[in-house]
Amino acid sequence: MAIGETIRNSQIWKSIFRHPMPLDRRNRIVVMLTNFFLHLHPVSIKKQGIALSFTWCMGGVTFFLFLVETVTGVLLMFYYRPTLEWAYNDILALRDVTSLGILRELHRWGAHAMVITTWLHMYRVFLTGSYKPPREFNWVIGVILLLLTLLLSFTGYLLPWDQLAIWAITVGSNMARATPILGYEGPGQQLLTIGGIDMITDGSDARFGLLGARFVGEETLNRFYVLHCIAIPLAVALLLAIHFWRVRKDGGISGPL
Amino acid sequence: MHSNGFFLKDVAGFLGGYYTFVAIMNGVAALILWRRKNQPGWAIVWSVVAGLTLILASLALSGSATLVPSLPLSARTLVNKLSGPVLYTLGTTALFTVLFVFRKFFVKPMVAWTTLNVLLLLMGLSMADENFASIVMKPDNVPIVGLVFLLAFFTWLATSQAVVNDERIKQGLPPMEKLNDEKVLVWPDLVYTELICMVAVTAFLLVWAIFLQAPLEEPASSVKTPNPSKAPWYFLGLQEMLVYFDPWYAGVVLPSMVVFGLMAMPYLDFNKKGNGYYSIEERKFSYLVYQFGFFELWITLIILGTFLRGPNWNFFGPFEYWTPYKVEVLNNVDLPQMFWVNLLDRPLPRVPQGAGVLTQVGTILLREAPGLVLLGAYLVLLPPLLAVTVFRKFFAQMGFIRYMIMANLMLLMLTLPLKMILRWTLNLKYIVSIPELSLNF
Repeated sequence: MAIGETIRNSQIWKSIFRHPMPLDRRNRIVVMLTNFFLHLHPVSIKKQGIALSFTWCMGGVTFFLFLVETVTGVLLMFYYRPTLEWAYNDILALRDVTSLGILRELHRWGAHAMVITTWLHMYRVFLTGSYKPPREFNWVIGVILLLLTLLLSFTGYLLPWDQLAIWAITVGSNMARATPILGYEGPGQQLLTIGGIDMITDGSDARFGLLGARFVGEETLNRFYVLHCIAIPLAVALLLAIHFWRVRKDGGISGPL
Repeated sequence: MHSNGFFLKDVAGFLGGYYTFVAIMNGVAALILWRRKNQPGWAIVWSVVAGLTLILASLALSGSATLVPSLPLSARTLVNKLSGPVLYTLGTTALFTVLFVFRKFFVKPMVAWTTLNVLLLLMGLSMADENFASIVMKPDNVPIVGLVFLLAFFTWLATSQAVVNDERIKQGLPPMEKLNDEKVLVWPDLVYTELICMVAVTAFLLVWAIFLQAPLEEPASSVKTPNPSKAPWYFLGLQEMLVYFDPWYAGVVLPSMVVFGLMAMPYLDFNKKGNGYYSIEERKFSYLVYQFGFFELWITLIILGTFLRGPNWNFFGPFEYWTPYKVEVLNNVDLPQMFWVNLLDRPLPRVPQGAGVLTQVGTILLREAPGLVLLGAYLVLLPPLLAVTVFRKFFAQMGFIRYMIMANLMLLMLTLPLKMILRWTLNLKYIVSIPELSLNF
């Protein structure tokens, strides 16, 4: 008996894989139904639904990049400390002295790529009219995921704590200062004055809520770090699950009726 | 030009590799045309192009000022002189219009391939300019160059399928996607495609990460403001809007409306056709609205904000040195000023000292009356007016609420181009300006 066959017939192997090797038609169907990682897929699919000229594979690439970001991100978290004292130096060391410092490059370029592939995926879905019934709600989830992708990238932009980082976040978050009613330079914030006391000040407005401070400082670094590493990824993971589930439930990948 | 004299030597290796890549690309194309497509004529054309590009590659590798292929200095100066926000915006609009109207011509593979080659050549020639290269080669700007080429490619890919489908539908045939109706098993057909995609993306990312170092500037300092200070590249379209609007609108209200509008889209588009296949003719209205928003109001603004806005957010030509000392005259006026002072030759209505709240409000309303009337007409009168004219059929199909949401979203979207035009033609700063409430529009 060949060694491969021995392994595949062993109790350990069989306890892990609930299906035989997908070599014949029956087992190729069984594998899709019984494997956790594959069960998101249907068993069979229309040929045009997997044509690259139709799908561009951009949704899949976006998801894969999300996984790349998660893995490289977790590894970077072992090294990087989000404090004024260490943040910049840790990134500097990643560049100059740490072996596998290239993880940072992978993480940053993967993030840029993910923003681009998200747009391209959305562009394809629009051009094929795939947001039309019954897929309206999945499009809405997709828009939220787009927003979260941009927020992930935005919160991550601050973490290297160099000039590029804090000024990009300063410019970006200055907008929140002008939120109508709730920003202290926004239109109508004067309306929230009770008994001559301003309710909306630079210490209580929308921008303060975003930054955790009156300017981009250590509180902001901490806030963005937690948002970047925990809060937003969890939200994305949940919405991704719904997004994929709805693809299946709404009739699989779109195609002409 | 603040050249250190070594620029061409530094960039020679990159340009050599770049032209070699273009040559290989054309060589492969020639091979495919010759062996697979049986078009020896075109095969010869592209092998000649490949040969010429190889010559460019060797010239570029020399790194000498006289040999590296570049645009003549006079051409670069001319481009710098001509370019500005007005020409840029009108130019891109004209370009998109031409591409759309003559799409049947531009999707032809040989036309598209020629266009790609011309673009790549222009890019290569421009990269030999130090000012151009210094902006484009900034590590965080590189993805945008990639984005431009990817968008061009995918738009071509989608449009060429849409053109075929539109032609077929006109003849009463189903779209191409319908022809591949037979089912295949996901294992192996899809699973293996996914695996190959993952490997390709990983390889691509690794190469990118090895050859391009992530940017890391000086440590953060809250007292040293860089000039220009820019948001991350994907928000630069919004930052560019700050030229025309105050932050509350450009940075908060309009982006929120973009997100809301995108979410509302499937509920507003009542056209049942074009679901699940590429098509333009069957859904021209939604197609044009989306493309206008995506390309004209998002992508071109990002490119403008990234590559052409320098210190003090001044406009710089693509080959211009980003000097912080460039001065641009700003003589923009508010609408009340235009109306009361310039037109009626009277002073602006002013709140008298110690006036009551009612007098204050009344005076402000009077002062801002021209702008408020205009805005009211635009947002309140225009939707019903459109409902009985241009959008008659839409209104009938959509019902009151859906129609009003669509009309208002579209009008909000158009505030940006309208304000641009008003700024360029009339130097208009604000239509309504109520500093008492920090409300400027």
